Amino acid sequence: MILTTIDSVPGMHIVEHFGTVNGSTVRTKHIGVVMVAWIKSFFGGELRGYTKLLQETHAQALERMVQQAESLGANAVVSVRFATSSIAHGAAELFAYGTAVRVE
Amino acid sequence: MDALFQIIWFGCFLIVMYFLGGYLERIHYKSIEKREKELLYFLTAAEEFIPRDRTVVQSFFVTGSVVISIDYFKRVLAALRSLIGGRMLAYESLLDRARREATLRLKEKAHLQGAHMVVSLRLETASINKKKIQASIGTIECIAYGTALILDQPLSSSAT
Repeated sequence: MILTTIDSVPGMHIVEHFGTVNGSTVRTKHIGVVMVAWIKSFFGGELRGYTKLLQETHAQALERMVQQAESLGANAVVSVRFATSSIAHGAAELFAYGTAVRVE
Repeated sequence: MDALFQIIWFGCFLIVMYFLGGYLERIHYKSIEKREKELLYFLTAAEEFIPRDRTVVQSFFVTGSVVISIDYFKRVLAALRSLIGGRMLAYESLLDRARREATLRLKEKAHLQGAHMVVSLRLETASINKKKIQASIGTIECIAYGTALILDQPLSSSAT
C-alpha cells in the first residue's frame, strides 16, 4: 500500500478511483503514564508517554484507513490528511482520511 | 501565619520551576538547533514540488510526532498575562519547540529510510491535556506528516 500526501503517486498513473476512505481512533494511556506526565508537566519538556501514545494513535488510524482501502481493491491512498479533535482529557483522537486509488 | 507559609512555599516552588524549566528549555533549543543544522540540506516543501531534472524512484508516507509541556512557572505567567492581554511568550516558545521538534523527527525518519526530500509537509496540532479550566492548558501535541521521495540522484545544494 502506497500512501502519499500529494494528489498523485510519483512515477505511476492512477487508473481507478474508489472515493474517500477514512480511519479514526481514540486511544488513551493507563493511569501510570498519566501520573508521570502530570509530574513531568511541572518541569516542562517532552512527555514521552504521550508521544508514544500519539505515535500508536496515528499508526492505528492509518492502519484502519489502509484496511478500508484494501477491502475496496485499492493499492494506494493519495492526499492523506490527519485531523485531530479533543473529546476526553488525556486521550488522543485522530482521524485519517484520503482518496483510495489503484495505480500502475 | 499559615497563609504566609503557604505563599512562601508557593514562591519557592515557582522559583525552582523557573530555573529548572528554563534550563530544560535551553537544552532542548540547543539540541533542536544542532540537529537542524545537520539536516539543513534535507529539503522539505509544503507544496507538491518535484525537481524537474530528477525522477522519483519511490515515495512513502512519513510522520513525526511530539508531545511537549511547558513548566509550571510559565503556566502561571501565562495565566497572569491573560489578565492584561498581549503576546503570550511562554506559549509561543512551546508551539515553536513542538513544531520544530516534530518536523525534525520527520526529517530524521525520512533520512534514515533513504529519502532525499519530503514534499507536501503538513502540521497538525491538538491538545491532549485539555482541562476545563482555560488557564491550565499547557500541553501540546504536534504531528508532522508528508510524502518522502527517493530520487534517482541526490539533490545537490546548488540545485535547491
